[in-house]
Amino acid sequence: MAPLMFASLVLFLLLGYPVAFSLAANGLLFAVIGIANGLLTEHLLSALPYRIYGIMQNETLLAIPFFTFMGLILERSGMAEDLLDTIGQLFGPVRGGIGYAVIFVGALLAATTGVVAASVISMGLISLPIMLRYGYDRRLAAGVIAASGTLAQIIPPSLVLIVLADQLQRPVSELYQGAIAPGLLLAAMYAVYVLLVSLVKPSATPALPLSARTLSGSQLAARVVFTLLPPLLLIFLVLGTIFLGIATPTEGGAMGASGALALALIKRRLNLALLKQALDATAKLSSFVLFILIGSTVFGLVFRAVNGDLWVEQLLVNLPGGTLGFLIVVNILVFVLAFFLDFFELAFILVPLLAPVADKLGIDLVWFGVLLAVNMQTSFMHPPFGFALFYLRSVAPKTDYVDKVSGKLTGGVSTSQIYWGAVPFVVIQVLMVAIVLAFPGLTGSHVKKITVDTPLKIDIPAFNNP
Amino acid sequence: MKPLLRIAHRIDRLNERIGRAASWLILVTVLVSAGNAIVRKAFRMSSNGLLEIQWSLFAAVFLLAAAYTLLKNEHVRIDVISSRFSPRTQAWIDIFGGVFFLLPLSAVVLYHAWPFFLNSFVSQEWSSNPGGLILWPAKLLIPAGFALLLLQGVAEIIKRAGFLLGLEPPESPAHSPAQEMLLRDTPEQHP
Repeated sequence: MAPLMFASLVLFLLLGYPVAFSLAANGLLFAVIGIANGLLTEHLLSALPYRIYGIMQNETLLAIPFFTFMGLILERSGMAEDLLDTIGQLFGPVRGGIGYAVIFVGALLAATTGVVAASVISMGLISLPIMLRYGYDRRLAAGVIAASGTLAQIIPPSLVLIVLADQLQRPVSELYQGAIAPGLLLAAMYAVYVLLVSLVKPSATPALPLSARTLSGSQLAARVVFTLLPPLLLIFLVLGTIFLGIATPTEGGAMGASGALALALIKRRLNLALLKQALDATAKLSSFVLFILIGSTVFGLVFRAVNGDLWVEQLLVNLPGGTLGFLIVVNILVFVLAFFLDFFELAFILVPLLAPVADKLGIDLVWFGVLLAVNMQTSFMHPPFGFALFYLRSVAPKTDYVDKVSGKLTGGVSTSQIYWGAVPFVVIQVLMVAIVLAFPGLTGSHVKKITVDTPLKIDIPAFNNP
Repeated sequence: MKPLLRIAHRIDRLNERIGRAASWLILVTVLVSAGNAIVRKAFRMSSNGLLEIQWSLFAAVFLLAAAYTLLKNEHVRIDVISSRFSPRTQAWIDIFGGVFFLLPLSAVVLYHAWPFFLNSFVSQEWSSNPGGLILWPAKLLIPAGFALLLLQGVAEIIKRAGFLLGLEPPESPAHSPAQEMLLRDTPEQHP
C-alpha cells in the first residue's frame, strides 16, 4: 500500500491545495482505507492529539518565530540600507566593487536575519539601481543579488537549519557549526566569480567614479565602523552565545529579537505600525510552517503504519554504489524536486523519509543535513520558480527608465536576464554540494571516511578535526 | 446564497480578530524567553513554569492563527500546475480541497482532541516537571485551533462558491508573509 500512498501524495500535492492540508488528508484517506481493510486499527488516529501536542512542546521550533521576527524588525529598521550604502561606498571605486559589497552585505545579513525575501528585496531596491546606473552587466547584477540573498539559507541562524535539525534529531547548534564553513566558502566562491568576470570582461563590472562617493576619508571610515557595529554586535549576541554554549539557539533567537527591537528603538525607527506588521507576518509564517509539520506528521503516522518507511529503505539501501550511491541519488532527487518545492516542503516531506536510511547507512547526520541545506539553497535560484528570482523581479525595473541621479535613460532588467543571471550561481552552488560531499570535514563532523562496496573502491578523505 | 456569504464574512472577521490578537503573543514570548535566558545565566535559576509558558504561547500563536493564515491565503501551495488554471478552476480546486481535505481533517482532529483536553481538564492534570504548569489550557488550544480552522474552511468554501456564482471577488493572490510586508510600502517605483 505504501507505493500507492506515495503516488497519491504526489497527486494530492500537485492539485495546488495548501500543502499542509493535502498531506494530512492523504494520511487520513489511507488510514480509512487501512482500517476498512482490517490492516490498521482505529487506535491509530487517536494518537493524533498526542503528536500535535508533541509538536507544541518542541522547544527547538520556537526559534523559528524568534529569528523571523528579528529579521523583519532589522530589515524594516533600515539596517540593510545603511550597510549597503556604506559598504557600497567603500568598495564602489574598485572594479566589481558593488558586486563584492552585495556579497559581503548578503553574508552579514544572512548571519543576522535568515530571511531570504528580505535580503533580496532590500538589495534589489538599493544596490541594483546603482549597478544599473554605472552600467553593470544586467545578468551579473541580478544573479549576484539573488544568490547573495540566498546565503541566508545556509549561514546560521538560518531557518532551514533549525527545521533540518529538528527532522534529523540533531542539536541545532551542531548544524549551525557544521554550516558555517560551507556558507562562508560559498560567499567566497561568489566573490571569486565576480573577480573572474571583472578580469575577463571588465565592461561588465565597471568601477564607480570617485564622484559617486558622498563621503570620503575619515568620515567614511567612521561611517563604516558605525554601521558595522550593530550587526556585528547582534551576530555575537546570537551566534557567539550559541557557539560558546552559553545560550540555546532558542534563547539566542529571543535575545536577538530583543536586541533587534532595542536597535530599532535607538534608531527611532520603531513604531506601532511596523511592530504590528512584523508580528502579523511572523504569526502567519509560523502558522504555515508548523501546519506543514502537523500535516507531514499525520502523513508519516499512517505511512509508517503501512510500512512505508521499510519500503523507502529497501528502495534506497539497495542502490548501486552503497553509501556514496545513496548520497548522490538523494542529492540529485533534492536538486530536481527543488525546482517544484520550497525548502519547508522538502524538509518536512522528504527528509523524514531519508533520515532513517542515512542513519542506517552510518552517514553522519550533521554532514547529511548541511549537504541537504546547501542543495536546497538552489531551490531559491532555479528558474522559473525560484523565490529569490521572484522577489528580485518584483523590485527590479522591467523597462527602461530615466535614472534620477544621472538623468540618463537607463536600461531595465528583463525576466530572462534574471533567469540567465542565476545560472552561474546555481552552478557554483552545485559545485559546493560536491565539495561538501567530498570533504565531510568541512562540516566539522566526525565522519572519517566512506567506503563504497562496489568493484570501484573510493575512499573520500576527510580533514582531521581535533 | 446571500445569507451564507454573510455568515462567511462574519467568520472572516472573527478569525481576523483572533489571528491579529494571537500575533501579539509572539512579542510576549520573545520577552519571556529573553528574560528567562538572562535570569538563567545571571542567577543560575531556571523555571520549568517559564519554559512551559514559552511553548504554550507559541502553540497559541500557530494554532489560533492557522485559520487567519488560511483566510489570507498564506498556507503554501504547490502551484506549479494550478497557477496556469483559470480562476474558476482554481475556485473549484479550493472547494474540492475544502470539502475533502480540510473539513475531514479538522473534524477528525477535533473528534480526538476534545477527549484529550477533557481528560486533562477533569483530572486537573499538572505538568510532571517540578514547578510546571497546569496542562489543560495548552491542550485546549488543539481543539480550539482546529475548530477555528473548520469554521474558516466552511467560510472559504462559501466564498469560492459565491465567486463561481459571480457574487464574490476571486481569492487574493498568495504572497509570502515577508514579501507582503516588504512590498506593502514599496510601490512600483524606481529611481
